[in-house]
Amino acid sequence: MSPLPLCLLLSSGLFCVGLAGALSRSNAILVLLGIELMLNAANLNFIAFWRFGLTPSADTGIIFVIFSIAVAAAEAAVGLALVIAIYRHQKNIRLQEAARLKG
Amino acid sequence: MTLSPQNIWLIPALPLLTAGIGAFTPRRGRGLAAGSAIAAMVLAFALSCAALRGALAAPAAHLVYNFDWFDLGDGAVRLGWLLDPLAAFMCVMVTSVGTLIFIFSLGYMREDENFARFFCFMSLFAAAMLGLLIANSLLLLFVCWELVGLASYLLIGFWFHKPEAAAAAKKAFITTRIGDLGLLLGMIWLYNAGGTLLFYDGGNGCLEASLLGDLNLQTTAGGLALTTVIGLLVFCGAIGKSGQFPLHVWLPDAMEGPTPVSALIHAATMVAAGVFLIARVYPLMTADQTLAGVPLHALTVVAFTGAITALMGACIAVAQNDIKRVLAFSTVSQLGYMMLALGVGSWMAAIFHLLTHAFFKALLFLSAGSVIHAAHHEQDIRRLGGLAPRMRATFVTFTVGMMALAGVPFLFSGFWSKEAILHAAGEWPVSLLPLGIGLAGVVLTAFYMTRLLAETFLGSSRSDSAEHAHENSAVMTWPLIVLAAGAVGLGFIGMPAWPWLQSKLSGEPVPPQSIFEGGGLMMLSIVLVFTGLGAGWALYGRRPRANAAAPDPLAANAPAVFNFLGARMKFDELYAATAGRLGQFLGALAVGLDRWVWGGMVVALAKFGELAGIIDREADEAGLNAGFNAVSEKLRGAGRAYSRAQTGRAQGYLRALVIAFVVLVFLMIAGGGG
Repeated sequence: MSPLPLCLLLSSGLFCVGLAGALSRSNAILVLLGIELMLNAANLNFIAFWRFGLTPSADTGIIFVIFSIAVAAAEAAVGLALVIAIYRHQKNIRLQEAARLKG
Repeated sequence: MTLSPQNIWLIPALPLLTAGIGAFTPRRGRGLAAGSAIAAMVLAFALSCAALRGALAAPAAHLVYNFDWFDLGDGAVRLGWLLDPLAAFMCVMVTSVGTLIFIFSLGYMREDENFARFFCFMSLFAAAMLGLLIANSLLLLFVCWELVGLASYLLIGFWFHKPEAAAAAKKAFITTRIGDLGLLLGMIWLYNAGGTLLFYDGGNGCLEASLLGDLNLQTTAGGLALTTVIGLLVFCGAIGKSGQFPLHVWLPDAMEGPTPVSALIHAATMVAAGVFLIARVYPLMTADQTLAGVPLHALTVVAFTGAITALMGACIAVAQNDIKRVLAFSTVSQLGYMMLALGVGSWMAAIFHLLTHAFFKALLFLSAGSVIHAAHHEQDIRRLGGLAPRMRATFVTFTVGMMALAGVPFLFSGFWSKEAILHAAGEWPVSLLPLGIGLAGVVLTAFYMTRLLAETFLGSSRSDSAEHAHENSAVMTWPLIVLAAGAVGLGFIGMPAWPWLQSKLSGEPVPPQSIFEGGGLMMLSIVLVFTGLGAGWALYGRRPRANAAAPDPLAANAPAVFNFLGARMKFDELYAATAGRLGQFLGALAVGLDRWVWGGMVVALAKFGELAGIIDREADEAGLNAGFNAVSEKLRGAGRAYSRAQTGRAQGYLRALVIAFVVLVFLMIAGGGG
């Protein structure tokens, strides 16, 4: 089996784990963790398609992933800030209860 | 200086201006209102004298100035001023008597708080009266005619807080309106038949020969000539205004107004406007005299109306106890004489009597006003008496006026003018009845004036107010003295030996009559005058009444007659029982119609509208509103259903997203994409 399908299988598995976590957890931080997993599964795809693609000599895949990680870091900061705001508002971080935008 | 016809409008314009000033003067502006009113009258008097000079220069010519009032259809409605000796003499009379009465009012109305309003109304009256005199159009004359009626109404009701005064004002207005309706109809008919209402218009006026000749050819119902019918309709206006039988009832009641008003309007000038009107339209009134086959001549009616009024007024005056009412009925009677003179064909005698009567009747009224003012508004002659030593000037002037009215021979003006009327009546070819009635009136006039003089001034004072009376100030006595001079002197301008007035009025020289021509009639009337004076003296003067409750000597002898006359021949009761009852019946009918028929219709309409409203509302509620409600309810339900999906749960949305994505991918794979 060539290394590309293996990588894709791995990243698909990783994505599914992340998706399951994001959909099933009620803890907002665990949902954020799931989202990070899905993001990283996508990053893994970028790397795999770059390493086993047509032009592995240029650094396009790595640059793309670095950008993606930077955006993910910013997103994690915003997500954690939202979690803190939710906590301050309702004294817990259960997502089921955070169903109203009204303050 | 003379005044040309173009400028003659200045004469009425001056008092009209001061009426305007008076209307805008506040109550405290007494000096301004009275001063401007008197100044305007004096100026108008000067202008009238100038106009008279101009008119006398050419007495036969009717100087006119006509102008277009407004365009109507093809033609224009034209008005105009007319200057002839008749108008000029009347203007001089009105302004001179008016000036004196205005001055007298200064004293008489001094205590009245509505002093300014009084002079405003008096000026308005003077303006309207002067406008009436110089009008060269029956339409303009009618406008002024109604304006003097309005001023008369306002002044009779000057003390409108007294119910009698308000009622008298109303009565005067409505009664004269009945006559004015006739005048209006006559005017419309004349315009319809002749096409013009101008009196003189260079041969085309309605008083000139060509048009009257045309009118004479037409006849109406009953074979009456058209000129007769129009003349009689115009005469209706004169009946109302001049207090002729049967519309005389308003004039005695008009005495509720202030005494200067009675003197100016209801004795000297306005009531004489009817006589003036007939004299003005005399060519129209006499037009049917040339027709032989007609059943009735207009002047015959005028003569008999005047004769009846003269006798009736004199009879009623005998039994009145109010000093002003005696004078009022004597005015009615004297106006009857003037109408009689017009009717028997001597309009100059009528105008002569009008002029002299204006002076001596104004004098009598102002003297009576002087008595009333001095005696604290006591007007009942039974409660006056003994005033001669206390009020010498008033006594003397009243006596002069009384002698003039009674027709005491030679020195007093009333004698000459009354002689002129009796002389004319004696020459009337139709009937000698007016002459007989006129002679009977002479006796009665002398009798009731003697009674009035004796009761008021002689004997003892029969009430406190009469006892404490004293002569009034100079502002009231001097007008009396001037008027007394006029009452004496004015007779000489028209006496048979020197008929200056007659020749000027007619524009042709009238030959003087010798003493013996008509001397028999004159002797007869002199005897009758002294009979009346003697009878009055025997009954009232010789043994004056002792106290206010003592019976009248006439009442003691013939109580039924005296009471009937005292109740003014029951005319008011008769009218109340006929015209008044008819009016009440028509009023009740109208109220019934209003309430039950028209009111019922209106209520039914209202109910119908209400019903339509209810139906409309129900349709709205049940049909339209329900439809909208149903649609709205559906929309709300749909909204509720859709909003159920909006849970706000992020994971729910995510789940839907994932499911939709997976479905999309499967669709792409199955649909030929891959």
